[in-house]
Amino acid sequence: MSMFDGFKFRKVTSPIHRLDPRAKFLYVCVVFVVAILFNELLPLLLLFLLQIPIIFVAGVQREWLRSMRGAALFAVIIFVMNFVFTYFFPGSIAGIVPPVNTFSEYFLIFERSLTLTFRFIVLIESFSVFFLTTSPDRLSLALQQSHVPYELCFAFTTAVRFVPVLAEEAQTIMDAQRARGLELEGGNFLKRVRNYVPVLIPLIVSAIRRSLELAEAMESRAWGATDKRTNLYVLKLAGGDYGLMFASFGGLALAVFARFYLTIPSITTLLAL
Amino acid sequence: MIEVKNVSFTYPNGVEALKDVSLAVNRGEFVAIMGQNGAGKTTLVKLFNGLLKPAKGEVLVDGVSTRKVSVAKLARKVGFVFQNPDHQLFSETVEEEVSFALRNFGFGKRAIKKRVDWALGLLGLTQYREASPFMLSGGERKRVALASVLAWDPDYLILDEPTIGQDHRQKEKLRQFIVQLNAQGKTVIVVTHDVEFVAECAPRVVLMTQGRILAEGPAVDILTDRNLLAEASIVPPQMTQIFEGLKDFGLSEKVIDLEDGAKALLDFLGADG
Repeated sequence: MSMFDGFKFRKVTSPIHRLDPRAKFLYVCVVFVVAILFNELLPLLLLFLLQIPIIFVAGVQREWLRSMRGAALFAVIIFVMNFVFTYFFPGSIAGIVPPVNTFSEYFLIFERSLTLTFRFIVLIESFSVFFLTTSPDRLSLALQQSHVPYELCFAFTTAVRFVPVLAEEAQTIMDAQRARGLELEGGNFLKRVRNYVPVLIPLIVSAIRRSLELAEAMESRAWGATDKRTNLYVLKLAGGDYGLMFASFGGLALAVFARFYLTIPSITTLLAL
Repeated sequence: MIEVKNVSFTYPNGVEALKDVSLAVNRGEFVAIMGQNGAGKTTLVKLFNGLLKPAKGEVLVDGVSTRKVSVAKLARKVGFVFQNPDHQLFSETVEEEVSFALRNFGFGKRAIKKRVDWALGLLGLTQYREASPFMLSGGERKRVALASVLAWDPDYLILDEPTIGQDHRQKEKLRQFIVQLNAQGKTVIVVTHDVEFVAECAPRVVLMTQGRILAEGPAVDILTDRNLLAEASIVPPQMTQIFEGLKDFGLSEKVIDLEDGAKALLDFLGADG
């Protein structure tokens, strides 16, 4: 569960937490687009490093590290897969004539694989920043004010809210089954999957039961009685939000410019390997 | 014998559930662990079968530290019936549910059949053998969960809140059942805050509050001690409350169950003429 902890909101305040979710969402989108625009290591590394000050200002470095640790396994898989496949099919990288044999060619493949890994890490990083600093309530509010139907907003916040509840329930169920002699560890892959059946069935049954109960409880409290909902809190974009949006758009423009009008050197050529 | 030696336990989220707790449960004993919500009752019994390992101190089951043995191994000796049967029921039929643990422990086909027959008969579930556990009522599901643990005949039986959601008749049946098991030499440990249930059973009572053991002793001593009960936020049994009001007539306050109460009153009235 440690990976999910890296996305779980905790109630603290920081300038980043106070930012409007809409502004932060724009920032995440920009990071997304920029990360996909480039196939070179340098800009992705820059994108990765640029976000670290934000994490420190928000004071979520420990949770962020946890999300990074959770992502590490996937990152390694991405790296290895890319390395292996670009080794056999290096056609997509300029400067390599198969078969790969020189050191600089190996280094180019290494760099490309690292680039793609960093693209993944940067995406996880920005997602993590977004979810770590945005409370589900404010997120739902932002969705509502963006004219997303309230039913969908509600479904979204409920889903987020029930993640820790379900995680706790899963733990209890695992305990109950282990107390009946179920070994969850050990055995080959298939056996492990089969071991989880006695955990998954009660978990799913109870999740369904819980959702039915929630629906009944809500309907008995006049859910959907009126179409026009009002909110106690209304989100308003403030100075900082405009600043972030401006910076995001600026960054995007800069990235597009760099992508089309500049040649981005690879580390390999910079080091003249 | 289960020995708890100076055990402290803190959950990963930082909640200190047990603080330097020591306790010994002898073979053949009947112990009720009482206290308000969050007193550490469930945490304590989860240490008994190794679901939780002590952070400090040691838990010994028949002389073996729970740190050294897997839960599955300990479970063979220490049966644990969880509070909510829905956290463990997953099979298509009651029969399969009850044989689940037996299969985990590697019993042979014949032995499984024999034990399932025995456990179902013991709890009056024989007619539901082919039924789906999910179709049964709450009380019946609870009995299926109990049967699924009793089937392997563990030396120690832990029941977490067995009386919750049971009507009076079921409670009385459960009480007789537990007393009978105990009379046959099984060690029974009940976690509960059902005072009347404990008063009727009259086991050894361990009173907990805020992660510590406040007091332990015979039910009649603990449940009639106003100060102790107040500290553990427990209301005295109804009989004790009545006899407290009759104190001025020279009647003893040390009465917790109906039978003793009636006897004391009859003796008193008889003596008075």
